Amino acid sequence: MKAMESFEAPTPARINYLNATYGLKSWLLTKDHKRIALLYLGSISFFFLIGGLYAMAIRIELLTPQGDLLQSTTYNKVFTQHGIIMVFFFLIPSIPATLGNFLVPMMIGAKDLAFPRINLLSWYIYMVGGIITIYALLAGGIDTGWTFYTPFSTTFSNSYVIAAGLGIFINGFSSILTGLNFIVTIHTMRAPGMTWFRLPLFIWSHYATSLVMILGTPVIAITILLLAFERVAHIGIFDPAAGGDPVLFQHLFWFYSHPAVYIMVLPGMGVVSELIANFSRKNIFGYSFVAFSSLAIAVFGFLVWGHHLFVASQSVYAGMIFSFLSFAVAIPSAIKVFNWTATLYKASISYDTPMLYALGFIGLFTVGGMTGLFLASLATDVHLSDTYFIVAHFHYIMVGGTLLAYLGGLHYWWPKITGRMYPEGWARFSALIVFVGFNLTFLPQFVLGYMGMPRRYHVYPAEFQVLHVLSTAGASILGVGLLIPLVYLVWSMRYGKIAPANPWNLPGLEWQTSSPPPTENFELTPIVTWEAYEFAPAEETEVVGKFHNERVKKV
Amino acid sequence: MQTSWIPFVPPSASTLSGKVDALYFYLSGVTVFFTILISSVLIFFVIKYRRRSPYEIPRPVAGSHKLEILWSVIPFIIAMSMFAWGAQLYFQNSRPPDNAVEIYVVGKQWMWKIQHTTGQREINELHVPVGRRIKLIMTTEDVIHDFYIPAFRIKADVVPGKYTTQWFEATKPGSYHLFCAEYCGMNHSGMIGQVVVMEPTEFDNWLSGNTNQQSPAVAGQQLYQTLGCVSCHGASGEGGRGPALGGVFGRQVFLNNGQTIKADEAYIRESIVNPQAKLVNGFGPIMPTFQGQISEEQVVQILAFIKSLPAQGTQAEAPGTTPAATAPPAAGPAASPGSTNR
Repeated sequence: MKAMESFEAPTPARINYLNATYGLKSWLLTKDHKRIALLYLGSISFFFLIGGLYAMAIRIELLTPQGDLLQSTTYNKVFTQHGIIMVFFFLIPSIPATLGNFLVPMMIGAKDLAFPRINLLSWYIYMVGGIITIYALLAGGIDTGWTFYTPFSTTFSNSYVIAAGLGIFINGFSSILTGLNFIVTIHTMRAPGMTWFRLPLFIWSHYATSLVMILGTPVIAITILLLAFERVAHIGIFDPAAGGDPVLFQHLFWFYSHPAVYIMVLPGMGVVSELIANFSRKNIFGYSFVAFSSLAIAVFGFLVWGHHLFVASQSVYAGMIFSFLSFAVAIPSAIKVFNWTATLYKASISYDTPMLYALGFIGLFTVGGMTGLFLASLATDVHLSDTYFIVAHFHYIMVGGTLLAYLGGLHYWWPKITGRMYPEGWARFSALIVFVGFNLTFLPQFVLGYMGMPRRYHVYPAEFQVLHVLSTAGASILGVGLLIPLVYLVWSMRYGKIAPANPWNLPGLEWQTSSPPPTENFELTPIVTWEAYEFAPAEETEVVGKFHNERVKKV
Repeated sequence: MQTSWIPFVPPSASTLSGKVDALYFYLSGVTVFFTILISSVLIFFVIKYRRRSPYEIPRPVAGSHKLEILWSVIPFIIAMSMFAWGAQLYFQNSRPPDNAVEIYVVGKQWMWKIQHTTGQREINELHVPVGRRIKLIMTTEDVIHDFYIPAFRIKADVVPGKYTTQWFEATKPGSYHLFCAEYCGMNHSGMIGQVVVMEPTEFDNWLSGNTNQQSPAVAGQQLYQTLGCVSCHGASGEGGRGPALGGVFGRQVFLNNGQTIKADEAYIRESIVNPQAKLVNGFGPIMPTFQGQISEEQVVQILAFIKSLPAQGTQAEAPGTTPAATAPPAAGPAASPGSTNR
């Protein structure tokens, strides 16, 4: 591996961001984006474990048609809390707050984010929101569904709605601050020569995500505030007896929560673009189409919230417009899938774990995206909304999409983050287990949905049992597949092979510094003279990244 | 579309269900096709172009505008075909036919209460005949619920403070699931029932075997008396200090703010629970609110009574503005217009 040796890191005893300072205080008061990323990594992993335990409880309960494990009130709290924890405390921060935090400055050749203190503040806000939400769970739980529909949440629920709402409200500010930080950083702190169209696609997708975060999140904050006012003071905004409208809540809620889906999946698309290009040593086919499709998704994403209300007494004409726009937003996603696939043409594809996750992502995201068309289409949505079909659909996007991209990205950048390699054999094995377990869990749910099984049912007709048993079997396989990386990643932090600076031999800026990087990321500010994903031929490894325009061939 | 032989498709028992299934199979076909296409291309490339040497660097490819346009336009056309099909089917079925038999549905935690215009009341069961168009007029006492009949491929939320409607024409006798599809609290999964579809003659027998109950219009008339509506609106809705009610349903009403509004279910309901909201031109704000004093079921009964009132002689109306389905109050049970064969 000559290619690696030329970029071999200095000896690991070197000062890096992990060993530059010691002690709890040096972590809790750090302004280093890389350390903050690790703080987030620890916290979101904790919340992911809690959310996963709830998921297990749901799947075990649904093994039988009777409600024999949990009581109805408990079951309702379990699925509500699974949703709240996973959406607000795992999926939304997952990739941006960990990988994004670590890599946005490194990929553009900056020393840190534009506002390091605000970055630390956003983690503290996240933790305060998280602790308040945990309090709500421990004090008695919440049973409104993660969607908080009125008037159930305002008048009829006897659970800790305000506490959980407050947790989500506070957590939203952490999202806004992270988004703001990324936008300013990407605009102002790119290294010399790092033009907009030399940016890795990971950066483009984080830019688009940040736009949605700062424009959308204030709306959920207002919505939760109104919900709290209505619950405490009965201001009447969602109460028809006082001239309000309960469906108004759904409009406000989905005006944020639909774009929030793109907050969750756009960063995943960014990770997958990196993985596909780097593990096939090919520049992304149609770079600008992939970059602009992220922005198109961010913009169109704000115009489709009404497809959540096709059966909620929304007007027929509004339904038709939202249906049309929902079909339109599918196109930029399709463009990405086609471009990723085309990138592999005549490539040099390695089967390392991150690539396995990326390939899994493309397959599962395709199924998730295509099944979204069933729900964008009005006549089929009437039958399918609020059934297991929609549960399966959004898990294909959130788990098959975001979670797989997150795991792929974590493995890919693990050597850079920790300075250690993960065990490749175990990693490939667990990627396979995750893929199989995931499909076995959620494919049967599409079938259940079309057969008419409503979601959020604690007790269900016996004819649905076989498919539920399959789904639970799949979930246990998926659970094992997710526990394996937890074990070996923690193990590798101490016992893994020492990672070289550039283990994959790649031109990206984050690989042009030692592993783990020094606190200031780069010894010298890099000067970028090459395009994104420009791979050097083997005999010229010492000039990795040099511009080879004459090699670019038109298809 | 005949679908009973296909596994994993729920029973198909309404005029709509075959049409929804046809669209569903189209969507499924396209999904399976593209998933297999993309996966096979992916797998083919991954095997064919696997890395054979660690020093291998493939030739960069610049991309192609032609291909980009091709794979934007083709999916767009396919997506538009899905949109058009789904929207057209939805639009056709959004408006209940004028001659449909009306049935009132009130949801409450955690049961469905159903009233036939002929007087039969049911809980968590809905009996309907084959081959007649049925329009459900639905509301709720408490939270949002959703009236879902998978075998008919129909579903609609019931929303507090509103009437929502949906309609169907059953095609096959049998017993089908009725689900609440909007999460509504503790016993949400217990808010289920059965839709029993019967042959018309059987259904008529069922109807006549349940005649000891008052029709909603008659029950509404009694409420109209006991609640004192009669003192201002007149014994037979001829009006007085309050506006006349005879024949008002379905007509345009002039309001004192200069606007006009159609006197549909929602307006009449609002005028009972919040009378000051939209006053009829020429009348003062003297009516008290009945908010919280009568249940949604009682509102529905008063509504049925008002619908049944004959038009006043002085306010002759254009034909066709009153839905044909309103039954005169004195006609008694089995006067539903769909059952003229009796």
